[in-house]
Amino acid sequence: MELKTKINAEDGKQELDITREFDLPLDLLFKAFTEPEIIEQWMGTKVLKLENKKHGSYQFETTDPKGNKHGFNGTIHEFNPNQRITRTFEMENTPFSVQLEFLEFEQLSEDRSKLNMHVVYKSAALRDEVLQLPFAKGINMAHDRIQNILSKPA
Amino acid sequence: MNLRRDVFQAIADPTRRAILLLVASQSMTAGAIAANFDTARPTVSKHLQILTECELLEQKQNGREIYYLINAKKMKAVADFIEPFRKMWDDRFNKLEAVMKKYQPKK
Repeated sequence: MELKTKINAEDGKQELDITREFDLPLDLLFKAFTEPEIIEQWMGTKVLKLENKKHGSYQFETTDPKGNKHGFNGTIHEFNPNQRITRTFEMENTPFSVQLEFLEFEQLSEDRSKLNMHVVYKSAALRDEVLQLPFAKGINMAHDRIQNILSKPA
Repeated sequence: MNLRRDVFQAIADPTRRAILLLVASQSMTAGAIAANFDTARPTVSKHLQILTECELLEQKQNGREIYYLINAKKMKAVADFIEPFRKMWDDRFNKLEAVMKKYQPKK
């Protein structure tokens, strides 16, 4: 199946773009990034704090299947309703440095809209490491599954 | 993992990316490839060697000439590398779309 989300990550660059068109009016798409209870639903995270304004900040927390809590936070630098959010994003207690995110919201028609996330990392190497996270996670999960199967008493 | 990392290091270099683009359209000899660059011939040879070691390029003997051609399978593996990241965002955005389609604006 064709994925609707496009990732543009040029080799050797410390940035990337995540682009997606939605079957949603622009204001609904924007709302999905500003209402804590909605963010919780699609991001699968708990919203501890969210101040939708310049100089505001946010704090998210997810709980993994093993019960470990992971914190995320950032500061909001720009907040223009239905147009743009500029913010930082940091994974707490990880070696990964903070990243800068430019979210641009665009109306395509009455009921279609587009999001472009331009993400800038500290270095090209760090970007590639972050890109590899879901890949590494997939490998780990596969290993865990194999381990579970192998460790089950016959 | 290490092998993949090497592949990424290989394509991180602009000259090597240009070589891959060139060879993608047709197999070429080292000389023909080098003719496209201002860089010294030994430098291009070094790039070809790295790309071959990473298995992004393959060598094929044709008479007295050695032709370089692209290893499509390996190139696909590189392209696929980004897929889990894309899939993660696609899943999230699909969920976002589903949630907002059900959303009843308070009027």
